[in-house]
Amino acid sequence: MLWNALLLAMREIRRNVLRSFLTILGIVIGVAAVIIMVTLGGGATVQVTQQIASLGSNLLIISPGKRMGPGQTVGAAPFSVDDTVALARDIPQLVAVAPTTSRSMTVVYGNANWSTQITGSTDDYFKARNWVAKSGRLFTDSEQRAGAAACVIGQTVRQKLFGNQDPIGARIRLQKIACEVIGLLESKGQSTMGTDQDDLVIIPLRAFQRRIAGNQDVNIIQVSVRDGVSTTRVQQDIEHLMRERRHLSENEENNFNVMDMKEITKMLTATTQVLTALLGAVAAVSLLVGGIGIMNIMLVSVTERTREIGIRLAIGALEREVLLQFLVEAAVLSSFGGLVGIVLALAASVGLASVLNVPFVFNAGIVVIAFVFSAAVGLVFGYFPAKKAAQLDPIEALRHE
Amino acid sequence: MDTTSVPVIELRQVTKTFGRGTAAMQALRGVDLVIQSGEFVAVMGPSGSGKSTCMNILGCLDTPTTGSYLFQGVTVGSLSRDQRAILRRHYLGFIFQGYNLLNRTTALENVELPLIYRGDPVEVRHQRAQEALAAVGLSGWEHHTPGELSGGQQQRVAIARAIVTQPAVLLADEPTGNLDTARSQEIMDILTRLNFDQGITIVMVTHEPDMAAYARRTVHFRDGLVVPEHEIQHEGGA
Ligand SMILES: Nc1ncnc2c1ncn2[C@@H]1O[C@H](COP(=O)(O)OP(=O)(O)OP(=O)(O)O)[C@@H](O)[C@H]1O
Ligand SMILES: [Mg+2]
Repeated sequence: MLWNALLLAMREIRRNVLRSFLTILGIVIGVAAVIIMVTLGGGATVQVTQQIASLGSNLLIISPGKRMGPGQTVGAAPFSVDDTVALARDIPQLVAVAPTTSRSMTVVYGNANWSTQITGSTDDYFKARNWVAKSGRLFTDSEQRAGAAACVIGQTVRQKLFGNQDPIGARIRLQKIACEVIGLLESKGQSTMGTDQDDLVIIPLRAFQRRIAGNQDVNIIQVSVRDGVSTTRVQQDIEHLMRERRHLSENEENNFNVMDMKEITKMLTATTQVLTALLGAVAAVSLLVGGIGIMNIMLVSVTERTREIGIRLAIGALEREVLLQFLVEAAVLSSFGGLVGIVLALAASVGLASVLNVPFVFNAGIVVIAFVFSAAVGLVFGYFPAKKAAQLDPIEALRHE
Repeated sequence: MDTTSVPVIELRQVTKTFGRGTAAMQALRGVDLVIQSGEFVAVMGPSGSGKSTCMNILGCLDTPTTGSYLFQGVTVGSLSRDQRAILRRHYLGFIFQGYNLLNRTTALENVELPLIYRGDPVEVRHQRAQEALAAVGLSGWEHHTPGELSGGQQQRVAIARAIVTQPAVLLADEPTGNLDTARSQEIMDILTRLNFDQGITIVMVTHEPDMAAYARRTVHFRDGLVVPEHEIQHEGGA
């Protein structure tokens, strides 16, 4: 009985190819939109999650200045190397304490030059930020102590200055310093905010202070908290220690900031997910509209085929058989729309993912849900027209036209 | 005639009223009719006399307002819509004035339709449908759609569809109403043969005395009532 209904439905759909296509267009668009939203949203979430890892797990960033509302700080005295020594000594939960100070500068190699961010720091910087050398090596203790003219560069800088050449051992110029490239970092790609993380040059802190900055300042301290330790707890310990070191009295506010990067990225992830859900919901509304389209066409179809229904009823079709025929037809239509939508969505997602630079994450769950949902839309919105068809009076129906 | 057997059709004081109150219209006003198995009955009468209304009741498409209809001894009025549908699919065949075939559907598929609802397997369906088409002289036309067939051929497909289930009773409401004389005679030949060879009971509404002449008995309707035999003598020549 179901098989017959299926065959009948297929025949009926083939009879009106153009109309069937227009009918399912709403479902196609709805399903495609839902899948694209969820797939791209999923990709964005995965990207953010990867960045949490690449940022260095449990990274805290300590910067001088008072917080004046979101993103705003007023100036305050910078830190010193002594501060980092004290942090490393007094807070055992820290696995890396990296004093950093940075400046935008042009680096030159041969005829090539490139404006990038030069950071002076220690080996702990690589540890705190999860950087690994792709080739060459990181700083030695003696290089750090002596403030040697050695540097580790990111993939973007290598690309701009060396093309595909091996940069290890080459000398690049930072203002007056000729600096030997000793290491090349693994690529990390874009950050959550869309900045290129690979666009950087690291030199020993002491070299930076002496030859570039000309002072002993440390602008930002980046620390990494041991796994399994509460970052909020450590954050409090750091604030306590720094207040002491900066001689702040009880009623004075902090003149520095401790930012928990993990918290920030978590917030970003949550935002991405909320956005995805929101867009998905908007897309789901178009599925609903698609369903109404199907109901509309099915109603038209029932009216058009009143005589056919009359014939079927007269020769002995049961009410439920006619109901099933129209229900199956609506369900076949809408699930076919769902299938077309899925295929379109997957193709579009792959394309969009590469354009938007987010990873393509195939989500089998949403594909199955979208398909089942599209079939369900057909059943729900097809029910009323089907019921109408099944309850026709055969005599009236036969006289129709 | 064997009077001890149950008549295939028996109407007892059947009335049918359409509408309510002042708009009420009594189409049948107490029809008594008995048809034995194997009869070929023609139904005649002026337009609006209630012939089609009566045929719809005989065909279990409609139920009497009052009175009772016994089909092979079963009171149809007490059956549900689905039970009447099952009665139709097993015991009744319909032929309409307007053929009522499914458009854009081949003759074979049209004839198979009642068997689909009976749940017969595909091979049986094909076999029976082909036999039914052969019986009405349409072998070789199986794959033509109604649009590709003449009126006479379409009506023959409709007859094939009506007899494919080997029904006890064939109900035909003006089966030749849309056909010329030659085509009409072909249809009547087929019906006569079905009645004679297969013993199918036939009730046929017609306006044409020539067609009614093929039947072995004629029932006259007037104003929602069957005209008694003795009154017909005066109209005999009409
Ligand atoms: N569904 C209905 N609602 C209201 N009135 C109806 C309905 N069906 C039939 N009638 C009325 O009942 C009467 C009998 O109609 P019926 O169709 O049985 O006549 P008929 O003898 O078949 O006529 P014809 O020879 O023209 O086909 C007519 O007056 C008709 O208007
Ligand atoms: Mg009539």
